[in-house]
Amino acid sequence: MAVLLTKDTKVIVQGFTGKIGTFHAEDMIRYGTKVVGGVTPSKGGQMHLDLPVFNTVRGAVEETGAEASIVFVPPPFAADSIMEAADAGIKFCVCITDGIPAQDMMRVKRYMRRYRQEDKMRLFGPNCAGMISPGHGFMGIMPTNIYEQGRIGIVARSGTLSYEAASQMLEKGIGVSTSIGIGGDPINGSSFKDCLELFEADPETDAVVMIGEIGGPQEAEAARWAQKNMSKPVAAYIAGASAPKGKRMGHAGAIVSTEGESAAEKIEIMKECGIHVVPHPSAFGEVVEEMIGAKQAA
Amino acid sequence: MDIHEYQAKELLARHGVNLPRGGLAYSPEQAAYRASEIGGERWAVKAQIHSGARGKAGGVKLCDSDKAVKQAAEEMLGKRLVTHQTGPEGKLVNRLYIEETVDIAQELYLGFVLDRKAERIMIIASSSGGMEVEEIADKEPESLIKTVVDPGHGLQEFQAREIAYNLGLEYKVVNRMVDTILGCYRAFRDYDGSMLEINPLVITGGGSVMALDAKMSFDENALFRRQEISELRDKSQEDPRETFASDRGLSYVGLNGEIGCIINGAGLAMATLDMIKIAGGEPANFLDIGGGASPDRVAKSFRAVLQDENVKVIFVNIFAGINRCDWVAEGVIKAKKEVGVSLPIIVRLAGTNVEKGKQILADSGEDIIVADTLKEGAEKAVKAWKDAGGTKAAA
Repeated sequence: MAVLLTKDTKVIVQGFTGKIGTFHAEDMIRYGTKVVGGVTPSKGGQMHLDLPVFNTVRGAVEETGAEASIVFVPPPFAADSIMEAADAGIKFCVCITDGIPAQDMMRVKRYMRRYRQEDKMRLFGPNCAGMISPGHGFMGIMPTNIYEQGRIGIVARSGTLSYEAASQMLEKGIGVSTSIGIGGDPINGSSFKDCLELFEADPETDAVVMIGEIGGPQEAEAARWAQKNMSKPVAAYIAGASAPKGKRMGHAGAIVSTEGESAAEKIEIMKECGIHVVPHPSAFGEVVEEMIGAKQAA
Repeated sequence: MDIHEYQAKELLARHGVNLPRGGLAYSPEQAAYRASEIGGERWAVKAQIHSGARGKAGGVKLCDSDKAVKQAAEEMLGKRLVTHQTGPEGKLVNRLYIEETVDIAQELYLGFVLDRKAERIMIIASSSGGMEVEEIADKEPESLIKTVVDPGHGLQEFQAREIAYNLGLEYKVVNRMVDTILGCYRAFRDYDGSMLEINPLVITGGGSVMALDAKMSFDENALFRRQEISELRDKSQEDPRETFASDRGLSYVGLNGEIGCIINGAGLAMATLDMIKIAGGEPANFLDIGGGASPDRVAKSFRAVLQDENVKVIFVNIFAGINRCDWVAEGVIKAKKEVGVSLPIIVRLAGTNVEKGKQILADSGEDIIVADTLKEGAEKAVKAWKDAGGTKAAA
């Protein structure tokens, strides 16, 4: 099985009937993802892409048995949509929306704490490219043709940089078990560490590529966790070595504001924790090849 | 988004934070008039720029007469003030804040941030006011008091009281401090602040709690619901290259090199700048063109990059997911023809419709350097830059 998403996972699309939701839902269906319907308040009862539209996530879950949801809802309403999914019993949710206020995300994270561990929804994103498990399905906006089914896990903040990594691996004939986007926002759902835990437990994954960037504590936390708890090798790249302090580099979260947030400091921690450092963004293929080669030899 | 001290003080005053009397001035005459209006015998003339550390840079002057106020204003207005936070180009002073001086018994530090580890609003207080918070953390770390606020319930009065007692304040001042902390918290929360710093927050000889300075920044993702805050934007404090790009909906950060960059995705953009440095060059900018880049948007990006006169070559690096390489290629040709770009252009395309994109570039007959990988693209860009006479040493 893939990390979370399989051929049988029933997926709903929040913000289904909008232009962006429609475009990507069609793409997901074409790839084989089991999309069972969508949610757009006020459009419940209609059909869209030959699938039912619901007014509420709870209604969609009750009717279709959906376990996963992907959110394309605009920023002012996206946080509310995520909380709605969590409360309706969705198991995991991918939020693509870019531009959600940080305080809204703080409320989301606080809200999700009300559930028992086993009932808690896993959130990926916001402001991410989504998740793909080649051969199973995908929930996101990535170009699917650069992913071949295989045994390497990818977890990245940036979408385009994860495409860069996947395509370099494809060139070397290395496939991907699952690629997860965690997004470029300062307050996000699952962290790098949460995703490493998933990959460590996944029998289809042999090694992991982690693609981080400047800002925030999550890369360092994940590296320290991996050192103590992971049997599978991890390679990592940290983007933003040339970013000046205090400048926000596109992503809301990509800013060096306190100690430990620069690329140099994070790379130092990666090295200390025994992680294979990818020295530049054209070296993903080589480093992963070498890493799995070394593992097979061992 | 940053605002000026006087604007932050206006916002705080609405939430019950106590401030010295003051007024805004755009000319030396107005500055002197403000001083007489405020009354008293001593005033602070404060340059309003988007930067801290103004005092050490000569941006705050204490004056004992309205003549001195006028003279200080003459010296500051229209000048660019360079602090260690502004970079060597400094920031233009076109507004002054004239403020009464108060009798200071104690200086404190009070700050609010969005803490990424706690994923909550964090309050940082210290009895070592006046110094920068990094300096306090370095020299007097034991004086730092950190409190996180549960977003489900908001800041509780007891938390503010604990901060006040931990600052070692006297009983009679504690309630005033609690009001100040709660007022600042409400302003931070209600205006979607990303940073609020009052340094120093002072206790006066008479036992009042007053914000002598105020620095505030806001979450740009929340500006759609904070019209009032958006209106406080002062473009004169921004890098003009960044203003030009942001007015056109592009995510741009100005840097010091000569290799202009047009990239899609913030992560890939950062990585491309890194690759240029490794290849021995210096990027002139960060530019994320975003998803769904039409030929028109590509041409617009070229215009934004060319706002920087130092740019000697332009490197376009696109990994198309929702984007389309054919559109980007059309955009490059359009820019070359319509914007009249004569500088060397290096294009690396990958992803959706890549073959079509490459074909368009090849068929155009235009002189465009093409690369297949990020590394190759960066190396070719650096070579073209050196050929164009680029010699600027790495910063």
